[in-house]
Amino acid sequence: MKALLVGEVRQGRLQGASYEAASFARSLGAEVVQFLVGNPAALPQLAGPLYLADAGRYGEYNPSVHKALLLEVVQREAPDLIVFSHSSYGWDLAPRVAAALGAAQVSEVVGTAEGGYVVPVCNAKLRRTVRPQSAITVVTLQPGAFAAAEPDGTPAVTELTTEATGRIVLSGYAEAEKGDVDLSKAEVIVSAGRGIGKPENLTIIEALAKALHGEYGASRPVVDSGWAPHPRQVGSTGQTVAPKLYVACGISGAIQHLAGMKKSEFVVAINTDRDAPIGEVADVLVVADLKQFVPALVEKLK
Amino acid sequence: MKILVCIKQVPDMESKFKVNAAGTWYSGQDLAWRLNEYDEFAVEQAVRLREQDPGSELVVVAIGPERVKETLKKALAMGCDRAVHIVDEASFEKDPHQIAALLAATAKGESFDAIFTGMQSQDRGSAQVGVLLAELLGIEAVTTIVSFACEGRTVRAARELEGGLKAQVEVDLPALFTCQLGLNTPRYPTLPNIMKAKKKELTVLPAASLSTEGPLAVTAGVAYPQKKGGALILEGEIGEMAGQLVAILKEKTTVLR
Ligand SMILES: Cc1cc2nc3c(=O)[nH]c(=O)nc-3n(C[C@H](O)[C@H](O)[C@H](O)COP(=O)(O)OP(=O)(O)OC[C@H]3O[C@@H](n4cnc5c(N)ncnc54)[C@H](O)[C@@H]3O)c2cc1C
Ligand SMILES: Nc1ncnc2c1ncn2[C@@H]1O[C@H](COP(=O)(O)O)[C@@H](O)[C@H]1O
Repeated sequence: MKALLVGEVRQGRLQGASYEAASFARSLGAEVVQFLVGNPAALPQLAGPLYLADAGRYGEYNPSVHKALLLEVVQREAPDLIVFSHSSYGWDLAPRVAAALGAAQVSEVVGTAEGGYVVPVCNAKLRRTVRPQSAITVVTLQPGAFAAAEPDGTPAVTELTTEATGRIVLSGYAEAEKGDVDLSKAEVIVSAGRGIGKPENLTIIEALAKALHGEYGASRPVVDSGWAPHPRQVGSTGQTVAPKLYVACGISGAIQHLAGMKKSEFVVAINTDRDAPIGEVADVLVVADLKQFVPALVEKLK
Repeated sequence: MKILVCIKQVPDMESKFKVNAAGTWYSGQDLAWRLNEYDEFAVEQAVRLREQDPGSELVVVAIGPERVKETLKKALAMGCDRAVHIVDEASFEKDPHQIAALLAATAKGESFDAIFTGMQSQDRGSAQVGVLLAELLGIEAVTTIVSFACEGRTVRAARELEGGLKAQVEVDLPALFTCQLGLNTPRYPTLPNIMKAKKKELTVLPAASLSTEGPLAVTAGVAYPQKKGGALILEGEIGEMAGQLVAILKEKTTVLR
């Protein structure tokens, strides 16, 4: 089996996708070829052939052009498997490539079993095993599901060019809003999820954060609703934190939230749903209504 | 302007899921159904674009069994002009390629200027259908948008990347947009609008009349994940649990001063 691994570059920097894809491909015993729209100064340190197109010329985000470049490599190398990260780059480009090749795509792969790929469904409450029926398969890997491979050498680069053009213009990047709090430095974080129900209940969460001498954080819906500012958001599109204690109140435990807090030393979850996926990373799961339990806990801490 | 929004009906994610008899999906029984959260943002953005240009028409489409009519009615009450229900009792068995083929067959010949989908469905979560549809129609797709502004035929949008970073992009219509959480604030359908929605056109098309495309991937099985987490579960009286938790925090962490 031959696997084509798709790397990612953002603002000139190589992203971790290549190393996770490499360890996944090795676990399958696949021969590996790499593809990257990037620059020679930031190549994955993985031995073997790498097809490189210049991001300066083709853009870091220019899907039609990246698709054309990648299809050129597919034609030369005839891979059985094309491996992306399930990232904003991967879930954007992968279906375009799959459509062009008539290939099945399996998204957010976390493992393999029974001759298929295992993916989460229903907020990870269930797992589904998918068997592709096409000659070529496209997969996107859940970030963090496969340990990054160690760097093992320098790739042998073949330069790629194309005449293809795209109709989407990337005009620039906007950095995340900076706030007056740095959650990554907090020893205790008490986070509010949609389970708080209404913005007034944020005070309950703040009171617990104060009682534990920590900061309050939030899940994405709480921030999207304007109940808390973005610098308080924990997760893949917010802050990555690793406090000594993380208390998740009314948070279901979606993978994008877990990505931001799973390295916490001790995790307490307070949730009315005994089956909430947050239970997978929690040390203690308190099955209760946070509106009753959190004030009772604050009282006990006095 | 002609606008299309694709919506999916999904179960409430707080449900207790049971695996169906065939072992290929969750059982559809005893579930509360709702509009896919991502698609709520898609409908809202489509309605706003429609309002911006009074001569426009906004069509909403959903594939699924009889019950998805309820979700289509919600979208009509939010401001879509007419609905198309692609009736398919077995849509849950179809892969993203087949779903996209059905949507493409519906959209073909209509020359939509703008198409909106969710970034992903909450149950299946493949994040593929939108992009596949754009590819089948031969138009551009901009994924994971968190802002959208249209002037003339040019759209300026922000794509959300990791860590809160955003990419500013520009594209000319026709184009498809996949909508991310927080793109806007979806409106609640008002009672008068719910009443008005009842009179709006709802076209019913059998799936088999549109596409008989086979699957590129099949489900080998669905199961509960193996519980790796060894969380201690506290259940019972509130005060008692609070006391237990304080004792645990004293023993296992260094944060209680
Ligand atoms: C590309 C992408 C990036 C994302 N980035 C992030 C991110 O950075 N951070 C993030 O958080 N999310 C992110 N998300 C969203 C993520 O997928 C989830 O939608 C989100 O984390 C859900 O937030 P929640 O747990 O607060 O809400 P829900 O999933 O709605 O869960 C609410 C929980 O509260 C419980 N509950 C309800 N009432 C009570 C009560 N009275 N007492 C106790 N518990 C109660 C419920 O049982 C449920 O488990 C991202 C999604 C995508 C697609
Ligand atoms: N059965 C369906 N009917 C209509 N639109 C759908 C359906 N399934 C998926 N979609 C659209 O495609 C998006 C992405 O879904 P998915 O690829 O399943 O993650 C959804 O947010 C919807 O906008």
